[in-house]
Amino acid sequence: MHNWDFAATLGDIDFLLLGLWNTLQVFGLALVFGIPLGLAIALGRMSRIPVLSQLCSFVIEFFRTTPPLVQLFWFFFALPILISVQMTPFVASVLTFSIQSSAFFAEIFRGGINSIDKGQWEAAKAIGMTRPVCLRRIILPQAVKRMIPAFAERSIELLKTTTLISTVSYADLMFQANELASKTFRPLEVYTVVAVMYFFLILVFSQLTILLEHRLARSGEGTLR
Amino acid sequence: MTPAVEIRDLHKSFGDLHVLKGIDLDVQQGEAVVLLGSSGSGKSTLLRCINFMEEPNDGRIRINGDLIGAERGGKMVYRENELCKLRTRVGMVFQHFNLFPHMTVLENVMEGQVVVLGRSKAEARDKALAQLARVGLEEKAPEYPSRLSGGQKQRVAIARALAMDPEVMLFDEVTSALDPELVGEVLKTMRQLAEEGMTMVCVTHEIGFAYHVANKVCFLQDGQILEQGEPHKVLKTPETSRVRDFLDGHSLFKLPD
Repeated sequence: MHNWDFAATLGDIDFLLLGLWNTLQVFGLALVFGIPLGLAIALGRMSRIPVLSQLCSFVIEFFRTTPPLVQLFWFFFALPILISVQMTPFVASVLTFSIQSSAFFAEIFRGGINSIDKGQWEAAKAIGMTRPVCLRRIILPQAVKRMIPAFAERSIELLKTTTLISTVSYADLMFQANELASKTFRPLEVYTVVAVMYFFLILVFSQLTILLEHRLARSGEGTLR
Repeated sequence: MTPAVEIRDLHKSFGDLHVLKGIDLDVQQGEAVVLLGSSGSGKSTLLRCINFMEEPNDGRIRINGDLIGAERGGKMVYRENELCKLRTRVGMVFQHFNLFPHMTVLENVMEGQVVVLGRSKAEARDKALAQLARVGLEEKAPEYPSRLSGGQKQRVAIARALAMDPEVMLFDEVTSALDPELVGEVLKTMRQLAEEGMTMVCVTHEIGFAYHVANKVCFLQDGQILEQGEPHKVLKTPETSRVRDFLDGHSLFKLPD
């Protein structure tokens, strides 16, 4: 029977919290860049210009079908050789997960936008709105409400996938956990604490999205009935 | 006087399907014109060409004398900007209302005024409330559309179109999706508009409305206008057997006098 002793782990909790903070930075930036990029790719895919539409489809399919770890290694090791840029683990991580998640967000945006009744486009057009204005004022506000559950699901997936960035020596929560485990010889305790940290992080995040869903549902139609 | 709408030799095809085969139609200022015909006759397509929801393949449309589009090599070309501007001058109401569900009734009626016409919020609000009062729904201003009945939704949709101060109003089967008991309130609103001198073109199956409200009735058949004229003439003494059959079909189960 294992003799549980959290003293060493909790004594170095600051070390893990630093990792948590670094994880949140990559996660946050991947969302900040990934969501607008996802919208842009979705609009590109729905464009009537065949070349643009096909290009965006390819980007989506490519990043959805290749493993995130391969993408990360590619951005970290291959890209600097090809275009001779300085690549830090942080930049490679943010780049990988921004683009990778944008491919998924693009499909969520596309599904959300397509789910809005054609009559909404017609009504907006009939009062003189251009397509971009209609998209911004009429379609997206409704589509975003419907997208929230899928969006939350994808973001949680993203947050968990960021553990991969420990493999390029970025000091995220997983990386710090590995370090601490080998330092304290207490891997069970360390990974237990880390699991609890991820659990609460994601719990808080999902509660926030539910809150947001409720707030948005108050005006008109939403995903909640 | 310049007609509010002047249509000459209008053609529209969807792929191989030739839907409109040379339509000529004048709608005078303040006139209410009703388009009748069986489904597939092209009446809705004709209506949707007037505000360029559908771009015609050939022909000319003038709105209060202004030719829409520019002629290039015998063909009309249309710029999106020009069409957007035109649509602010020609209002349209749809069968399925198409209110914006994420906005209140008031916001629905303000939206086009603010976003498209660039009116101030205060001005748009005043105009919106005035139009809502006109259709008898001022007290519904703060509600969301989901709280309204079908008839109320359609009257809000009418107010939304009117708030743009259109020169012409188009009604595309606006009572077809309503419960029978709610049809009356919408038709009443439309009659009131006609009496106030609004220029209107209506696609409807309400023969009674056509008879009592329209100044002119056009019967479409196979993409062409088969008969047109004053309602009592076309609806009471039609010249063709086709129109007679259509009207008979509509009054098959009339109540005895």
